Amino acid sequence: MTAPAIELKGISKAFGPVQANKDISISVMPGTIHGIIGENGAGKSTLMSILYGFYKADKGEIFIKGTKTQIPDSQAAIAVGIGMVFQHFKLVENFSVLENIILGAEEGVLLRPSLAKARKELAHLAKEYELNIDPDALIENLSVGHQQRVEILKALYRRADILILDEPTGVLTPAEADQLFRILDRLRDEGKTIILITHKLREIMDITDTVSVMRRGEMTATVKTSETSPEALAELMVGRKVLLRVDKVPATPGKTVLEIKGLRVIDDKGVERVKGIDLTVRAGEILGIAGVAGNGQSELLEVLGGFAEGTGSIRVNGVALPLSGKGADGQARRHAGIAHVPEDRQREGLIMDYTAWENIVFGYHLDPEYQSGLLMDNTGIQTLAQEKMDRFDVRPPHPKLAAKNFSGGNQQKIVLAREIERNPDLLLVGQPTRGVDIGAIEFIHQQIVNLRDQGKAILLVSVELEEILSLADRVAVMFDGHIMGERAPDQTDETELGLLMAGITEMPDKPIIQAIDEQFDHQQKEREGEQNG
Amino acid sequence: MDKMPQWADIVLIPLISLILAAVLSALVILAIGENPVAAFKLMVEGALMRSAGWGYTLYYATNFMFTGLAVAVAFHARMFNIGGEGQAMLGGLGVALVALYIPWPHWSLAILGATAGAALFGAAWAYIPALLQAKRGSHIVITTIMFNFIAAGLLNYVLVNVLRPKGSMDPASANFPDATKLPTFRDMFSTADNIMFRGAPANVTFFLAIAACVLVWYLIWRTRLGYEIRAFGFSESAARYAGISPVRITVIAMLISGALAGLMSVNTTMGESERLVMNSTEGAGFIGIAVALMGRSHPFGVFLAAILFGFLYQGGAELALWTNIPRELIVVIQALVILFTGALDNMVRMPLEKLFLALRRRNV
Repeated sequence: MTAPAIELKGISKAFGPVQANKDISISVMPGTIHGIIGENGAGKSTLMSILYGFYKADKGEIFIKGTKTQIPDSQAAIAVGIGMVFQHFKLVENFSVLENIILGAEEGVLLRPSLAKARKELAHLAKEYELNIDPDALIENLSVGHQQRVEILKALYRRADILILDEPTGVLTPAEADQLFRILDRLRDEGKTIILITHKLREIMDITDTVSVMRRGEMTATVKTSETSPEALAELMVGRKVLLRVDKVPATPGKTVLEIKGLRVIDDKGVERVKGIDLTVRAGEILGIAGVAGNGQSELLEVLGGFAEGTGSIRVNGVALPLSGKGADGQARRHAGIAHVPEDRQREGLIMDYTAWENIVFGYHLDPEYQSGLLMDNTGIQTLAQEKMDRFDVRPPHPKLAAKNFSGGNQQKIVLAREIERNPDLLLVGQPTRGVDIGAIEFIHQQIVNLRDQGKAILLVSVELEEILSLADRVAVMFDGHIMGERAPDQTDETELGLLMAGITEMPDKPIIQAIDEQFDHQQKEREGEQNG
Repeated sequence: MDKMPQWADIVLIPLISLILAAVLSALVILAIGENPVAAFKLMVEGALMRSAGWGYTLYYATNFMFTGLAVAVAFHARMFNIGGEGQAMLGGLGVALVALYIPWPHWSLAILGATAGAALFGAAWAYIPALLQAKRGSHIVITTIMFNFIAAGLLNYVLVNVLRPKGSMDPASANFPDATKLPTFRDMFSTADNIMFRGAPANVTFFLAIAACVLVWYLIWRTRLGYEIRAFGFSESAARYAGISPVRITVIAMLISGALAGLMSVNTTMGESERLVMNSTEGAGFIGIAVALMGRSHPFGVFLAAILFGFLYQGGAELALWTNIPRELIVVIQALVILFTGALDNMVRMPLEKLFLALRRRNV
């Protein structure tokens, strides 16, 4: 019998009082794809960091290909054949592919011989694994999918036969993700061992051979993927039964609440982020905006929320809102009946050092009902906070605890409790479940649907296509600052939306991924043309 | 979950820092051949054991309370106002103009006028750097320190060319009228057969400083404005989201900060010298930074830290007077206190946090 490629025995690691990994044992056979799934903070990243030499385990042993191994740093990890592809790429933007690949693995004083050697090796790798890429292209001119390919090539160039990928699909369009999975399949067929860390159940089901579930630092189960189901995995992750689908009745849209015409936004650096879009949201419906992160959705929300400036026209209930200068701020927007659950709750939605009760009125703190004379009615606000926290099942239900001491899901519930309960006409929601545990996702989705059923208009921005498809009544896809098209969620699928997310409006007659690449190159040339012109 | 109980954070850490600073100071005194125990005794006796000593200690403490509060308010909005010195100088000008050109019937009205004048001039001097920061992004540290120099130059010009009485060789204003003379502690607390606070400059402004501490506490933790100032200080991006204008908060926080720094001059100019002199601030604007750091930007902490620094100032003067320890060494001791309580806070904090964690784990 062959020895496992990786075997961990009884790994434990604590950070202060937090037990990040508790007695974890796992064994991964060579030539397989092993998924590790768990919620944020379950300890997946800590475990992989131990394997890659970033942290030292307090207890436990690591065996690589049957030999007991110490991994004190990443050099040692590379030496035993472990390669890691991080969620946030570690590439030098203005270096070429080739230069990035040899970075840290240069041999000798002069660069030229190593570059020549790498070029030959790269051609060989490209042929073997179908990882085609122009070795002289600059990283900054590559699409995210291709940048990720460079990361994989970097690991292979260092002779890795064990690849760890940390949330690799977070920044990819569905088509790019499919392409990545094809590459991973190919690598497996060539005998590589792959560990895939993710929080997406679908990816686990699609590609892995075995899967381990982590919860609160412990490994709760390791099962064959073919013998499990998404529901069973979700239950193992959360520790109770979870509803994966959102329960909702068809929408009954009423009058138009939000009307956007010709909206343009130019950011601080002078780059146009939103390039003239038209949208309407009606009462009692959820409009979902899908798109890969960074295509103007954030700027759209910021302008609507009043903390970025733009041009064009925005009307709420028929009243035009100023888009710059006086009256274009969060206070005025709230008065106009807009509530906003921002994309980044830690930087925007909450003051992390404020207590929960201070945060429960944040943005509405000037409202007369929270004052008593010249001072703020702190006791009144605390009582209110307690009520809201109970209603929204915020745990622990302590209003005097600082926001930073709550988990991501509970922080988001605090924001929701504040925004929803003010009874707005229009709710802006950005990435409602980013970094939120599965158990809380269910609750948050239900709250958003309930608000819709009360006849409120909701604009939902999310990079999770699944979330958009299950929540939205209409889906608009944003790409490069434009709305590429609108679809009804039950009359479209991930393939079509994925194409729109890549800026392609018609079904191509060539392979999808090739069309996406060509579209990207076209975009790149246009951008260069703009700069030169 | 907090890593330490609150009392450890507020009391234990500053205390340990102080002890460390004292030990190091003792070593320095030993190194120049003096007896640290005797020196410490002399400082305590000179600053705390006689009512006159207290009179000086509290006089200095009054200055430090105002400048400490000034720095603390700016800190809450995440701004480092090191222009307290210049704002206090201009505050002095405000006091002088109010005292010299308005005929006051009684000191109780005069102190109100002087307070308004000092606050107004101090705030005005902070307004320009605040505006430059808010609208143009010029860093407040750079601009306020430049404004300290400009304030010194301006005061020099005004004293020599405008306020100096004809025939006087002294770059100072005329003496203030008698009606503006503030009651000293001696006036207030002495009885016919028991003279207290003899010759000491502490005066009624001390109570003004305590009132300022209380008001700042209310401002920061109980008002909408304080809520917005702290929110802006913690996270500018979140403040924008909430519709809190960064320009407005920057300017208002700096106006309050400048006004508080300016108020210090009521104590020095009206309460002590009774005329405007050059360099009436004597570096108190800078000591305010240390006081705010040590007091953790909390008014009560500022109050305690100001009294500690008042003690160091007065005790240091006594040392210089009665021993061969040079005045410069007093500055070294003060610097050590600042170093340990402000800059090296984490050196004490980290081991203490670990200790408390270990204790807690054992209890669990």
